Amino acid sequence: MASETETQTAGEYIRHHLTNLTYGQHSDGSWGLAHSAEEAAEMGFYAIHVDTMVFSIVTGVAFLWLFSRVARNMVTGVPGKMQNAIEAVIDFIDDTVNGSFSGNNPLIAPLALTVFVWILLMNTMDLVPIDFLPWLASMVGVHYLKVVPTTDPNATFALALGVFGLMLYYSVKNKGVLGFLGELTLHPFEGKTLLAKIIFFMPNLILESVSLISKPLSHSLRLFGNMYAGEVIFILIALLYASTTTELASLDGIMWSLAGGLLQMVWAIFHILIITLQAFIFMVLTVVYMDMAHSTDH
Amino acid sequence: MINMTLALQLVVFGLFWWFAQKYVWVPIMAALEERKKGIADSLSAAERAKTDQQDAQKNADKLITKAKDQAAEIVAKAEKRGSAVVDEAKDTAKAEGGRILTAAQAEVDQETNRAREALRGEIASLAAAGASKILAKEIDATTHAKLIDDLVGEIKAG
Repeated sequence: MASETETQTAGEYIRHHLTNLTYGQHSDGSWGLAHSAEEAAEMGFYAIHVDTMVFSIVTGVAFLWLFSRVARNMVTGVPGKMQNAIEAVIDFIDDTVNGSFSGNNPLIAPLALTVFVWILLMNTMDLVPIDFLPWLASMVGVHYLKVVPTTDPNATFALALGVFGLMLYYSVKNKGVLGFLGELTLHPFEGKTLLAKIIFFMPNLILESVSLISKPLSHSLRLFGNMYAGEVIFILIALLYASTTTELASLDGIMWSLAGGLLQMVWAIFHILIITLQAFIFMVLTVVYMDMAHSTDH
Repeated sequence: MINMTLALQLVVFGLFWWFAQKYVWVPIMAALEERKKGIADSLSAAERAKTDQQDAQKNADKLITKAKDQAAEIVAKAEKRGSAVVDEAKDTAKAEGGRILTAAQAEVDQETNRAREALRGEIASLAAAGASKILAKEIDATTHAKLIDDLVGEIKAG
């Protein structure tokens, strides 16, 4: 935080920015917010990242509020500007789903819409100046705040595991338990005779299991990695002028601040691409996994 | 790093999915579908109106030609009738004129005859008077009445 930079080293500044506002049980048994990264780590599994929850719910509710408000006031004649914009998003999702999803399930398109817009909005929190919201929070006594939910693996894993669960559910529903197990054990080495099938059983199971497990992992880590890396770069650029605030009045301080500001802007502009691209990739993979779960021929 | 947040995020994800399906996707898709249908309907209606208009134009053309023909016919008939009336009037006038002329002629003849008759009677009585004056003694009105009458008849015939 800018106001505390005199007392913070660069390492502390970075660690501070990468620590979630955690609510959980302290080592003395009482419940409350963690006051340091160490305390947060000690809380273990039964703890909640309050900032991740708040910002993901705020962005999600904003998305649903805006879209449902437009949906409620839909005009079938000449649409207004807002309706036009929403319709463009809906059309885009519908085209993508129609292009990649060959099954017949009316729930997949809304899933893709939710995933795309929600992730897009959560990623967009990255464009808010890095110290702005933490600074506001420090005013009301909250000393840790990570504003981008997608830089928290909890959020990206929740999304990916949700999609993975749906994939397993629809696979079993559409192919039956035996069909699903067959997919895991009869490919990629196909045996013509029963003996060959038995021989290939284990290698197939190992290979297919790896590819199955890698799906939610790569799905969530791709999003998390991109957003986390982007966030770290924002923090590093912020260090350029944060470390010179003590001598801000000097020419050096002014030059470093200008350079830092310029770099933040350049990275933010480039980051718009990553934000959109990662949301799009996550949505397309969701649709593709759903298509795999619905197609009966391997 | 991984904690309860993941489970809560899963629940939130599910809720958002359900909400997006029920209150965003379904109503928007329904409205888009309705608009699609509306556009298709108006296009076919426009097509229908076009053919209707063409039919109406054709009908109107037909009616106009028919009306023109009828008008020409009526005019021709009227002209014919007009000349017929004039001819008739001419004939009637001619006949009436003839009739009046004959009647006038007959009256004139009658008048002439009457005048002649009167003149003859006058001359006969004048002749009888003259003769009686000359033959006052010898002619007895009763004995010579026959003679006088013959004379009168002769004059009349003459």
